Amino acid sequence: MTTTDRVTNVLLCGIGGQGVLTAAELLARAAIAAGHDAKKTEVAGMAQRGGVVTSHLRFGPRVLAPAIPDGEADVLIGFEAAESLRWVGQVRPGGQIVANALRVKPPVVHQGLFQYPDDPIGALRAKAAPNGVSVRTLDARAIANELGTVRLINTVMLGAVSDLLPLSAEALRSLVVDVFRARKPALADLNGQAFDAGRAAVSDAADPAPAEAV
Amino acid sequence: MNALTEIQAGSRALLSGNEAVARAVWEAGVKVASAYPGTPSTEILETLARYPDLDAQWGVNEKVSLEVAIGASLAGARSFCAMKHVGMNVAADALMSQALAGVNAGLVIAIADDVGLSSSQNEQDSRYWGRFAHLPILEPADAQEAYTFTLAAYALSEQFSCPVILRMTTRVCHVKAVVEVGERLTPDHKGFIRDARRWVMLPSNAKAMLPRQDARDAALSAESDATPLTTVLDGADRALGLIASGPAALSAREALPDVPILKLGQTWPLPMERIRAFASGVDRVLVVEETEPLVEHDLKAAGLDVMGKDVLPRHGELSVSVLRSAIARLNGEAAADAGPASPGVISGPDPDVFPRPPTMCPGCPHLSPFYCLSKLRRAVLIAGDIGCYTLGAGHPWQAMDTCTCMGASITMAHGLAAAKAGEDEKKGVVAVIGDSTFLHMGMQGLLNLVYNRANVTVMLLDNRTVAMTGGQEHPGTGFGIHGEDAPRVDYVALVQAMGVKPERVHTVDPYALPDLFKVIRTEVQVPEVSVIITNQPCVLTDRHVPHPALKVVEEDCTGCGGCITIGCPAIEVSRRETATTNSGKTRELAFARIDSAFCTGCNACVETCAPNAIVPLNPADHPRLERV
Repeated sequence: MTTTDRVTNVLLCGIGGQGVLTAAELLARAAIAAGHDAKKTEVAGMAQRGGVVTSHLRFGPRVLAPAIPDGEADVLIGFEAAESLRWVGQVRPGGQIVANALRVKPPVVHQGLFQYPDDPIGALRAKAAPNGVSVRTLDARAIANELGTVRLINTVMLGAVSDLLPLSAEALRSLVVDVFRARKPALADLNGQAFDAGRAAVSDAADPAPAEAV
Repeated sequence: MNALTEIQAGSRALLSGNEAVARAVWEAGVKVASAYPGTPSTEILETLARYPDLDAQWGVNEKVSLEVAIGASLAGARSFCAMKHVGMNVAADALMSQALAGVNAGLVIAIADDVGLSSSQNEQDSRYWGRFAHLPILEPADAQEAYTFTLAAYALSEQFSCPVILRMTTRVCHVKAVVEVGERLTPDHKGFIRDARRWVMLPSNAKAMLPRQDARDAALSAESDATPLTTVLDGADRALGLIASGPAALSAREALPDVPILKLGQTWPLPMERIRAFASGVDRVLVVEETEPLVEHDLKAAGLDVMGKDVLPRHGELSVSVLRSAIARLNGEAAADAGPASPGVISGPDPDVFPRPPTMCPGCPHLSPFYCLSKLRRAVLIAGDIGCYTLGAGHPWQAMDTCTCMGASITMAHGLAAAKAGEDEKKGVVAVIGDSTFLHMGMQGLLNLVYNRANVTVMLLDNRTVAMTGGQEHPGTGFGIHGEDAPRVDYVALVQAMGVKPERVHTVDPYALPDLFKVIRTEVQVPEVSVIITNQPCVLTDRHVPHPALKVVEEDCTGCGGCITIGCPAIEVSRRETATTNSGKTRELAFARIDSAFCTGCNACVETCAPNAIVPLNPADHPRLERV
């Protein structure tokens, strides 16, 4: 996609510990490297204890407010199926969603206090469709595991979203690989492969079977 | 992710508001910085600790930190102190008196307000302190301003010889934005000024300072009317004008791009002349401020006809969405209550999706203390405290009756024990407090318990870190802020020195669940002060040594659900069944499994399993390994 003159709003959601904030940070750096102004914010606080995590990334010629206004996310990147469902209402009509099919049930579900939805991705599609919001899904965890480590999930997700943003997918890929080359050189090439695998996974129209957390 | 300390002067970097303040504090030539961790302020000092030529230290509480910073300022070096909003309640004693005396070298105090209560017990507006203590308040709106205003605050502090308060909010502290940074300054060391009439707050000395404070107030008012930190954002639509500050000012600009805004960079004292001039140029004025109507009330008291909290919410963040719907209501637009900008779009999180509250971690050493307390629930009153373990109030333990502020578990337990009556009279009283909270403000309460011969069982959950804020060091960890060795407090010797009898002090491994349970059950029945110290480190620190994972033997699990009640997130329900007993009653069964990817092999759950179905995942691993 090409650069636009308006602010692009990217909402990332998931669970504490999944790498949501790191993915948002890398996207922010890619946006700045492309010459944009950018703001990135999250309410972390107690969320790092297995709770809900969201990160707001806004970039464009000039960004004022730090948080995305309600219902104005252009792109939602969901790291967990029910979390994508939780935040689908924040996506603008005609917006796009990339959702990881992974399901993670919290202790309150195991304790029998609440129900985890039977088909969160189906429910997500049902809520997105009336607003013309597209939903692409992938099993990022299976892709990461296949490459050797579940830690690659957030790079897989970045690859999956890379063709939906007004940023160069190649530049984003280079940034991810460079960051790992500087910090964990052994993982640099693997992250490049994870990025490519995520990018290829969403270009296939077929949905994967929902992945259950172990 | 940024190599913060290597950012070159004149370059632009993606920094959070907290990182930007730290950068500016370092550039201002500050020599001493002290803080106690607290969301959303923690990262300021964490970042400062990475800069050279500056003494950054964790204080044991905010009052201590502020007094260290005051002392350094009096010695002649620029100093800094940071805290979350409730921290200033603790530090207020020092603030209120030193505000009268003033400072020598520049002193800036950053107070971070948790607007919207993401991780706090209340929502507090720290701008009150400016009015209360006669001190200037600067209010940045984003990371670039956090940087610029911090540097300006040092100049202001030295110009007026008083501390300057930097009022931050979560949406400044934790928002990353592009910041242009500069060089480190090398201000002259001012040297200590020996002047007892100025620094010794005897009534006669303090009284003589009052007229000087009045003069300073007047001079600061004039300065506020001239400061370049306050700006006008022009707009063509003069039917309305906004007086705004902090991130809400930027949200207001986005929500109402054509409406003129007087953006206050200094919110105390108020620039009354500029406010009057601005107000006279628009039809109506709305004050946009988070969270209390302070500016609004001051302007009304000055005879200005302004709107504020009659239009805007009194609590929480003034986001673009909140401002848009409030303005729509103000303008009488029909769709105002719909909230979201686009029709047909639901806003906020979907309320139909289950909640995902924060949990304790797999293998957390706080799990078993709360499991034990939940089993003693009917026999005890439980006063809790501030930290990860406040989650003990939630499911599945529900083992906490009170939690108010740092250290109040011990003191409120004292009051509960002194006044309990009726069905509570025979109950034991337990105070649950973490190591860092105990050192912050719990020690005095324990001394008070012993001295007054109270009957309270104090559970000191020592996980050797400030866990809730991300794992900072403190005097009980044995390490300093840079990870260097530091003297480590001996809790057993400490509490005995306060007068707790040696036979009433127990150090227990919380993973040895039966031992812990027996000690708690015994001590709550003993009519004097007991201290039970649990001694396993936080699983998120590198002091924690994980052990081989466990599993549930499927054919041995009876579905009793006993292990679920310990609350470990690694234990999951694999299936549910409804069973009918011989007497015809139905019983819900929950069969368990353990996620080996998360299990730390702590063994705490093993004893909760009546049929002994929890065993090592790998049979070669003995379940009862020695621990460090």
